[in-house]
Amino acid sequence: MANWYMLTLVGPDRPGIVARVTDALYHGGCNLGEASMLRLGGNFTVSMMVQHSGDAEALAAAVAPAAHDLGLHLHVDPIRGELHRHVVPDVRVRVHGADRPGIVARVTGALAAAGLDITDLESDVAGSGERPLYVLRIEGVAQHGVKALRAALAGLGDEVDVSLEPVDTVVG
Amino acid sequence: MAVLPVLTYPDPRLKRVAEPVERFDDELRAFVADLECTMEAGPAAVGIAAPQVGRLQRLILVDVSSRPRAAGHGRLVLINPEITAWEGHVVGREGCLSVPDYTGNVIRAERIRLAARDAHGVLTEYAMEGFEARVVQHEIDHLDGLLFLDRVVSRRADLRPRGGRSPAGR
Repeated sequence: MANWYMLTLVGPDRPGIVARVTDALYHGGCNLGEASMLRLGGNFTVSMMVQHSGDAEALAAAVAPAAHDLGLHLHVDPIRGELHRHVVPDVRVRVHGADRPGIVARVTGALAAAGLDITDLESDVAGSGERPLYVLRIEGVAQHGVKALRAALAGLGDEVDVSLEPVDTVVG
Repeated sequence: MAVLPVLTYPDPRLKRVAEPVERFDDELRAFVADLECTMEAGPAAVGIAAPQVGRLQRLILVDVSSRPRAAGHGRLVLINPEITAWEGHVVGREGCLSVPDYTGNVIRAERIRLAARDAHGVLTEYAMEGFEARVVQHEIDHLDGLLFLDRVVSRRADLRPRGGRSPAGR
């Protein structure tokens, strides 16, 4: 059971996707690792580490019938994955503003140049069709410290609301 | 003083409710010294609860002085602690000596009032906020058989920081 794969599935959301897919993986002899599953714009998306003794084709074959029945696109990549490699974020950034092209690129570009290693990013478009509102939440590691990130965000001006806070993690 | 072995989940002793301390004697104080030693041996630990080393008594240690951003009361031995008032809620990140290699976001009260005895049985009241208040709530959960795993919220569960502007407030 040495081989790790990244299994991605995307398709229209409906009840029962997770149960059906993981049942197929279980009966296909797979071991599940870390996963992120999320509804995005009416679609359901799965990114999941899967351990399987066979090759990528064999893993895909184990899931293909369930994916086909559920109308999901299926993709399997061999990865050099390992468990127990968590990185603890030390900073959280929130961005929101009227939705306009380039917000994410501008904010993450400034943060990357100032040393932010993103561990987790979620974004949503809220508001209404006429007045869409962009909401972005980022967690990451400030490799050059939080001050550098604050300075980078200050340079963005006031077209978006950005707040940044250090994250102290309880260990107890 | 000795570093005691720390129980890790799913050890069933971590899910039991601890008993109040009744004897404030030398044996108790020797245990507190061992528990301090154990906390200091943990990687960057800011608190520890007696049940984490298998002693099912209502006793916790808290010390946030290693975190430069956290205001606190220094090293505290809190015995039979009772939270008497809560105010506000805030999301923060937590990990646990008893749950290696996992951290998650947990909602806790932002400010608390606390009554607890020290190792000589003297009762003191504390007002705490922020990170120190979070650590105390995390440790008191251990006394009630709860782990932060019981309280982890979705990454999407987010509360605005104090003074933050509401994205929908217009």
